[in-house]
Amino acid sequence: MSETADQAAAKAPAKPPLSKERRQQARRRFLRSLLLTGGVFGAALSGYLPLVYAKKQRLRPPGALDEKDFLASCIKCGQCVQVCPVAAIKLADLVDGFGVGAPYIDAREQACDFSCDAVQCILACPTGALTYKKPEYMAVRPGAKLATKPVLLAKEKDAEPTLNMAERIGVARLTRPESCLAIQGKGFKGPARGTQFEGLLRYMDVDRWKPIKVADHPYDTALCDLCVQACPIKGAISIETVFAPDGSQRKSPVVHEPCVGCGACEMICPTEPASIEIIPGEGWRASA
Amino acid sequence: MNVLKRRFIDQIWVMLGREPKKPEVIAERAVKAHELKRMTNKADLQATKEHMRAHQEVSHKWRNRRWATLIAVNLLFVVSFYFDIQILEGSLSASRFIGFHLIDLNSALQVMLAHKHIINNLVIGTGTVLVLWILFGGRAFCSWVCPYHLLAEWAEKLHVWLAAKKLVTDQPIDRRMRTAFWLVFGVLAFATGYTVFEAISPTGILSRALIYGAGLALLWVLALLVFEVFFVRRAWCRYACPIGLTYGVVGIFSPLRVKYKLDGCFHEGDCRKVCLVPHVLDTVIKGRAVDVEVPIGPDCTRCGLCVDVCPTGSLTFDVKGLSKLL
Repeated sequence: MSETADQAAAKAPAKPPLSKERRQQARRRFLRSLLLTGGVFGAALSGYLPLVYAKKQRLRPPGALDEKDFLASCIKCGQCVQVCPVAAIKLADLVDGFGVGAPYIDAREQACDFSCDAVQCILACPTGALTYKKPEYMAVRPGAKLATKPVLLAKEKDAEPTLNMAERIGVARLTRPESCLAIQGKGFKGPARGTQFEGLLRYMDVDRWKPIKVADHPYDTALCDLCVQACPIKGAISIETVFAPDGSQRKSPVVHEPCVGCGACEMICPTEPASIEIIPGEGWRASA
Repeated sequence: MNVLKRRFIDQIWVMLGREPKKPEVIAERAVKAHELKRMTNKADLQATKEHMRAHQEVSHKWRNRRWATLIAVNLLFVVSFYFDIQILEGSLSASRFIGFHLIDLNSALQVMLAHKHIINNLVIGTGTVLVLWILFGGRAFCSWVCPYHLLAEWAEKLHVWLAAKKLVTDQPIDRRMRTAFWLVFGVLAFATGYTVFEAISPTGILSRALIYGAGLALLWVLALLVFEVFFVRRAWCRYACPIGLTYGVVGIFSPLRVKYKLDGCFHEGDCRKVCLVPHVLDTVIKGRAVDVEVPIGPDCTRCGLCVDVCPTGSLTFDVKGLSKLL
């Protein structure tokens, strides 16, 4: 009844005191656990860094969902990479954060030219990250929706000339009009990107089924219209007469609504850097 | 409750991180077997052991078969793409085997949690793989397919060699951490909408590196291997990898497992020394076996190292029901 605290403590079945060695072992074990936990989560969450720094958005393969949904649903298997006949699709590396292993297109190096005729990367995707038809509850980015199914010039005479694409992956823009050869009234002669360039493009007059190296197909035009020649989509780009601010007339490539953002124009553009570029994820604006 | 049923449930908890304990109830015939072993004359026992050892044939049968399978599967991915023969397209996270969708269960889980939307191909592929690994034994994926497992196995050899020279010591980590990782990565995927784990999964990184070419992400894999060589033996596979736990759960009802026979066992513990998950082999400790034949639990990767190393043949591969049938 009148037990002191000390006596009570003595009666309690106290754990045998740990030896110094055991305590040290336990502490080390705890530290190691902490190290592994920290390492794993540090590595995992470093995936946020590229997002925080708002790194330039990558051009995704045709049919890609909006970036956030795309990254959530892509299982990073690379099946889209395997079916692409011109190897336009690459897989992202460590610097792309949560996008490690997610596919992208570097249009300047190798654009999508729809040599496959049927957007096979979409067909290959097992998770619907690339899709012909977006689920209804997913919002469509403003300007992403194509007015009509794009007509592929290569199969214009076929019974079914269109590509099964409902949304564009980006839009071509004349980002450097000052360097554009057409605007300067210049022509172009020779291989578009030099003799060392590895990029492939399908030339209908060479081979309907086999894309060849751009370097093996030199051009010779009085007024440069390589972007128009390379464009695989009907009515997506043309050379038009435009008025400069000073009232003078000149020629310029003009992008039209059917542009799907494949990047063939960016790849072929002979100026360095390219005068025309794809803005990934961008929508169509009538005034642009 | 039946002793084996009790152990079956107990082994699920052990997989989730509980330390194995001495069993409370042991079947009558197992008690007799334990007693018989205790009563054996020590000198006789020693003589028998030595005789056994003298005649033991060191075998790497299962290891060789496993390495061959692992390399063949991963090579098939590489060859399919490189020569465009379209047999096994994709990588370990998702692929098509002659057209059939196959999707890694853990990757599929991460995608479903992050995306919150499920499409048919994903379900079909996941279903195929689920059936496959229920048949072949859950974590058999780890030791027979996962490319990181093979690298980690070699790193482990280096670690054990260094440890024998007293240059490094392995000090274990709490195994409950793997379950915690599994939960946290699930929650992260659901909450952030990013498949966070996929960014650091060494299985995915290695598989893609093999097929599509090396990248900087391999540095993370290298860091893990270095940690395993110098600090904690098999750290990733034992204490961290959520893929292992996912497949472990799949393997709970798998008919293919390693079976332990109490009678011939000398309790020397060679099997526990080579095992990736020695907590599943607690049953081989003297006096622990709850019956004369005990199936090894679901966390076992069916790698067969214990089967190879056992001098008495007390550990064998077994298909539930099949041995009775034969």
